[in-house]
Amino acid sequence: MKMDSSSELASLYTVKAVAILDNDGERLLAKYYDDTFSTAKEQKAFEKNLFNKTHRANAEIIMLEGMTIVYRSNVDLLFYVVGSASENELILVSVLNCLYDSVSQILRKNVEKKALFDHLDSIILALDEIIDEGIILEADPIAVAQRVSLRGDDVPISEQTMSQVLQSAKDQLKWSLLK
Amino acid sequence: MMLRRDKKDEEDGGGNPYQNLDRSVVLQEARVFNATPINPRKCCHILTKIMYIINQGESIGTTEATETFFAMTKLFQSNDVMLRRMVYLMIKEMANLAEDVIIVTSSLTKDMTGKEDLYRAAAIRSLCKITDSSMLQGIERYMKQAIVDKVSGVSSAALCSSLHLLKQSPEVVKRWVNEVQEAASNDNVMVQYHALGLLYHIRKQDRLAASKMVSKYTRGGLKSPYATCLLIRIAAKLIADEDAGHDSPLFDFIENCLRHKSEMVIYEAASAIVNMKNTTSRELNPAVSVLQLFLSSPKPTLRFAATKTLNKVAMTHPAAVTACNLDLENLITDVNRSIATLAITTLLKTGSESSVDRLMKQIGTFMSEISDEFKVVVVSAVRSLCSKFPRKHSVMMSFLSNMLRDEGGFEYKRAIVDSLIAIIEENPESKETGLSHLCEFIEDCEHTSLATRILHLIGREGPRSPNPAKYIRFIYNRVILENAAIRAAAVSSLAKFGAHCEELLPSIVVLLERSLLDSDDEVRDRATFYLSVLKHSQKALNSAYILNGLSVSIAGLERALHHYTLSPSETPFDMKTVPIETQPLTEQKPVSDIAPLMATKPEKLAPPTQDIYADQLRAIPEIADLGALFKSSVKPSELTESETEYMVRCIKHTFPEHIVFQFDCTNTLNDQQLENVTVQMESAEGFEVQHYIPAPVLKYNQPGITYTVVQMPEDTSDVSSAFSNTLKFTVKDCDPNTGEPDDDGYEDEYVLEDIEIALSDHMQRVLKPNFMASWEEVGDENETEETYGLASKSLEEAIKDIVSFLGMQPCERSDKVSEGKSSHTLYLAGVFRGGHDTLVRARLALQDTITMHITVRSSDSGVSELIASSVG
Repeated sequence: MKMDSSSELASLYTVKAVAILDNDGERLLAKYYDDTFSTAKEQKAFEKNLFNKTHRANAEIIMLEGMTIVYRSNVDLLFYVVGSASENELILVSVLNCLYDSVSQILRKNVEKKALFDHLDSIILALDEIIDEGIILEADPIAVAQRVSLRGDDVPISEQTMSQVLQSAKDQLKWSLLK
Repeated sequence: MMLRRDKKDEEDGGGNPYQNLDRSVVLQEARVFNATPINPRKCCHILTKIMYIINQGESIGTTEATETFFAMTKLFQSNDVMLRRMVYLMIKEMANLAEDVIIVTSSLTKDMTGKEDLYRAAAIRSLCKITDSSMLQGIERYMKQAIVDKVSGVSSAALCSSLHLLKQSPEVVKRWVNEVQEAASNDNVMVQYHALGLLYHIRKQDRLAASKMVSKYTRGGLKSPYATCLLIRIAAKLIADEDAGHDSPLFDFIENCLRHKSEMVIYEAASAIVNMKNTTSRELNPAVSVLQLFLSSPKPTLRFAATKTLNKVAMTHPAAVTACNLDLENLITDVNRSIATLAITTLLKTGSESSVDRLMKQIGTFMSEISDEFKVVVVSAVRSLCSKFPRKHSVMMSFLSNMLRDEGGFEYKRAIVDSLIAIIEENPESKETGLSHLCEFIEDCEHTSLATRILHLIGREGPRSPNPAKYIRFIYNRVILENAAIRAAAVSSLAKFGAHCEELLPSIVVLLERSLLDSDDEVRDRATFYLSVLKHSQKALNSAYILNGLSVSIAGLERALHHYTLSPSETPFDMKTVPIETQPLTEQKPVSDIAPLMATKPEKLAPPTQDIYADQLRAIPEIADLGALFKSSVKPSELTESETEYMVRCIKHTFPEHIVFQFDCTNTLNDQQLENVTVQMESAEGFEVQHYIPAPVLKYNQPGITYTVVQMPEDTSDVSSAFSNTLKFTVKDCDPNTGEPDDDGYEDEYVLEDIEIALSDHMQRVLKPNFMASWEEVGDENETEETYGLASKSLEEAIKDIVSFLGMQPCERSDKVSEGKSSHTLYLAGVFRGGHDTLVRARLALQDTITMHITVRSSDSGVSELIASSVG
C-alpha cells in the first residue's frame, strides 16, 4: 500500500464525496467527486454501510473502507463529507460545518427533510458553491448563502407570511452588516 | 406497515415529493422550456426534478439528454436569477451526458463577461466544464481577466476551473501564471488558497521555481488557513525531495505553524512533522505536545486526529509518546469507539511489558462493541506487541484464539489467523500452542481459504514437532467433514506427515487409501499421487514431490507448456526451461496499525515483474532466441547521478548463455531530441557484446529503452566481470515548446557509471520449505567444503553479506540469529543458471573474528566448486 504520498497531499482535490441521507438511510442528495465509487450501485452500497455504522452513534468521525468520513445529524437528516484517510480531518469538518450551516440558513434553521425538499434547488446550488469537483470552493456559510439567491426573495411579498418577510429582512440586514 | 407509513407521511404533510419520479415523464415535462413566456418557477422545478433523478444514479441516454439539453438552451432568454443558476448547474451535469454541449459557449461567454456578479462566477465554471483545448484559446483573455477580478467569487471560480483545465490543457493554463500570482496576494482567504494551489501545480515540475515560491510565501503574507495547510504540505514535500535537514528554513516554517491560531494549521504542521523521514525525538517533541493538548479537546474530530497521529508516532518513536499515556488512558472509554481503539493500540506500543496484561483485559471488555475494521487494528497491534515482548506470547495467543471464537467477518478472522501464523514463525517457543489453537479453529471454520492455509501450515510445521501424531486426528476430520477444496488440502497435509515421519507412514497410507474413492477429482488425484510416491519409501522422492514441491513460476510453466504444445517435437518437455518463481525480498518495515483502515480496496494482483520483462524481451527478435529468461535483477541500478542531462538505469536479465542489459533512459533536456540511442559496453575478455538494440528516439521526458546483449564465456567458472559503459546517440536540437526537432543532428556520447556482473546474477532464489529433505535429495555426490575467515563484525552482518553475495534464499528462517549466540548455521537454496539446484549450509562461529565452514551441494560439480571457492 502506498503510504501518504506527498504529491497526492499537495492536491486541492480534498473532498471525495458529500452526501445527505434521511433517517432511513435513503439518499436525498449525494455527489461523488472521484472514481472511488464509479457506479451508482457501489455508491449506494457505500452509503448503506456508512449509514448503518453512523446513524446510531453520534460520534462525528469514522474511518470506513479506507476513507475518513465526518458527519453530523439533525432531526431526520444526516450530513456526510468523505475524504481520503490521509486528509486533514479538521479541513473535512470545516467543509461539513459549512454545508450544515448553509443548509440551516437556507432552511431558516429548520433543518429537516420536509424543508429540505421544499428548497431542494437552493440546497443543490449551495452544495455547488461549497465544492467544485472536489476542491473546496468556499468554506464560509454566509458567503455561500449570499451566492445562492434565496428563492423566497423572488416570491412576491403577498405570497409570503409576515414572519417570513421579517426573517428575510433580518437576514438581509445581517449580511449587509457582515459584508 | 406500508399503509401506516403513507398515513403518517400524509399527516405531517412530509414524505418525499420527488419519490417515484419517472424519468421519461419528467423529461417529457421539459417541453415546457419551449413555451413563451417562460415560467421561471415551473422551469426551475422541472430542472430540480431532473437533477434529482440524475442524483439518484439513474442513467439518462445520450439522445434523451441531448434533447433535454437543447430545450434547456431556450431558458437563457429568461433573466430570472434562480433559473439561470439552475441552468448553469444543469449544463455541468449534462456536460458528459449530452452531445454538442458546446452550443451554449457563446451564451456562457456573454454571462461570464457581463455585469451580473452572481452569473459570472457560475458561468465561468460551466463554460470551463464544456470547453476543450482548442476552444480554450478563444476564452483565454476572459479567463485571465476573471482570475484577477475584484469579486472574490469570480476569481475563485476562475482559479478552480483553471486547476481542472490544467489536466487537459497544461500549456494554455501555464501562460496565466502572472495573473495567478497576482491573485495569490488577494485578501480573500479562498482566492489566496486557490491561487497558491494553482501556482504550485503550474510550477511543481520546475523544482527551483517551486522552492522559490514556497520560500516567498513562508515568509508571511498568507491569511488563509487552507492556504497555510497547503503550503505546509508543499514545504514538507520539498524537504522530502531535497533530503533537507531539520535546519532548513522550510522546517522552521512548519515548526512555527505549531503556534498558529488555527487548529487546522496546527494539526497539519504536527502531522507533517510526524510523517517526515528521519525525525528525532527533539523535532518530534513540540509536535507531540500540541497533539497532547488536542487529546482532551471537546471536539471528537480533534481527539480522533490527534490519537491517529500519535499512533503513527508510537510506531517509530514510542518513547516520545509516553508523555501522553495518561491522556490516552482517559480516551479508552471515549464514546467514539474509533478514538478508543486508536488510544488502546497506541498504548500497547508505548506501554511497558508489565502493563500488557492490564491493557489486554481492558480491550477484551469493548471488543464486542467495535466494528470489524477496528478489530483488525487491535489484532495487528497485538501482533506487533508479540514481537516486542516475545515472553508474553501465551497471553496474546490465548487472546487471539478467544477472538477467533467470536463472531466476525472474513477480513477479521483472516487478520487473526495471519497474526497467529506470524507469531508462530517468529517465535519457535510459541509453535506448539499456536498450532493447537489453529487446529481447534479449523474444527469449526466457515472460510475455506483460511482452513486450507492452516492445513498447509500444519503440514509444514506439524511433522517436525515433538509429537506429530496428535495433529493427524484434526487433519483427518477435515477429510471426512469438509468441502472438496479443504479435503484436497488435508490430503496434501497428511502426505507430508507420511513423508517426514516414518513411524506414521503405515497409518497415513491407510488414511490416504480411503480418499482414493473420493467424489472429487482433485482429492482423488492427490491421494493417488501421494500414495504412489510414499510407497517407494525414498527420501529423495519424498522431498522432491511432497515436502518441497515445484519451485517454478506457475504462469511461466503455463506459458512454457503452451509453447511446447504449439510446436510438436520428439524431445520431452524440459522443466529446466521454466522460469523459477521469484521469491519476494522479505523486508522488515514498520507497518502501520491503522493501515487496514487506510487501505482502499485490494489492489489488483500485479503479475510478477519478471513475467512482464519476459514478455517485453520475447517481443524483440534478437533476444527471443536466447532461450528462457532465467532471472532479472530486482532493483535497477542507477548509472547516472540524479538531476543530470540524461538519466539511465540498468536492469540485468540473465539468460542461459547471455546477459541482456536493459537501459531505461530519460532525456531531461527539453531542447534536445536524441536518436539512435545505444549503450556501448566494454569489459574484460570472455564477455562479448553480440547486439546493440537502440532506442530509436528519445524525446524530452519520455523514457525509452535500449538493450545490449552480451554473450557469456563458455567457461562457467568465469562468472564475474565489470563493464565500462558509454551512452552513444545523435542529438537534434528542438523547440522546447513544440518539441519539433531540427533536421540536422550530430553524434555525441555521455559516460555512464560501471556495471558489475557477480555470482548473484547467475543465481535465482528458491525457498525450500523443508531444507533438510532437499539436502538429502540432492545428496553428497557433488559436495564441496571450504573454510574461511570473514571480515564481518557480527553474525548478523556476516549472514547479510553471504546472502547478498550468493543471491540465494535463506530457508528455515535461518537468516535470523537468536540473541547472544556465538555460533549459527545458515541454510541457503537457489538454482544456478542452467537449472542446477544448489544448496548451501554455512556454519558460522564467532570468536573475535568469524570463521565460516561452508558446504555446497549441487546437481553439478562445477557449480559446487565455483560457489564454495568464490566466497571469502
